[in-house]
Amino acid sequence: MSALLLALPQQVGPAPSYGSWHGPEALFGCLGVIAVGSALLVVTARNVVHAALWLVVTLGALAGGYLVLTAELVAWVQVLIYIGAVVVLLLFATMLTRAPIGRTFDLDSDNKLLAAIVGLATAATLVVLVVDAFKSGWVDVQHAPIGTAQADGAAVFRSWVLPFEVVSVLLLAALVGAIVLVRKPDPDEAG
Amino acid sequence: MHLVYPLVVASLLFGIGVYGVLARRNVVLVLMSVELMLNAVNLNLVAFDAWWRDAALHSGQVFSLFVIVIAAAELGVGLAIVLSVFRHRSTVDIDRIDQLSDREPTPGARR
Repeated sequence: MSALLLALPQQVGPAPSYGSWHGPEALFGCLGVIAVGSALLVVTARNVVHAALWLVVTLGALAGGYLVLTAELVAWVQVLIYIGAVVVLLLFATMLTRAPIGRTFDLDSDNKLLAAIVGLATAATLVVLVVDAFKSGWVDVQHAPIGTAQADGAAVFRSWVLPFEVVSVLLLAALVGAIVLVRKPDPDEAG
Repeated sequence: MHLVYPLVVASLLFGIGVYGVLARRNVVLVLMSVELMLNAVNLNLVAFDAWWRDAALHSGQVFSLFVIVIAAAELGVGLAIVLSVFRHRSTVDIDRIDQLSDREPTPGARR
């Protein structure tokens, strides 16, 4: 992927104006439009399974965005864990809870309008804030350190060892907790 | 690439996730919207990592890996709770799971 990035035309030097769309910018713009559009379909789909499949498109587009932003390992972990495991888990939950598989008009709550207002207000606030705060920020994707498995692995196992171990304990606790929660009550222990 | 582009995409995704959490009734769809919000945060972290050019620590990317792991753990426990609720109440409609609510029960709610 880094070779692909280097092959694309690239602005070097001080930040160009906002009108220029070359290489990574155009690629990220397309991926961002795909991600946001399919995210909108996730929250408006009339079919639970379709929502899960649109979520796959969103997560895949975001993985492409991570690749553009030089985060190789995060992109592949996103594909493996999110698309490979999380969406499958969500589909399993859909099937196990006997959710309506076909088209239904019952998936949205009554306070849809209020939710739309709150969501729009959140998005507008965040967009105004980040555009105002970071309008001069320039990510030099050509010279940023590439987040390969080697680089990220060295960072995780040198600087972030303690959080890594804590996360592994958390994952084990979550695994045990999930098993305890869904376990059928033992008839011998009942009472 | 301007730092604003990934940040704007992340903000829009976060807003969409907020809408989904508030507007959906099916708990599985609410969890999908939570995943959207977590991914918006991940995009922020990755963008700031590339902006910061932190070659030694790779803080943003390592944090986004941790967020992915914690999101997986959260989803596992969340779906276990959903299945447990479904086993006891036979519904995953969050408008009907209002036993702790202060309001009068909704007319069609299953008690």
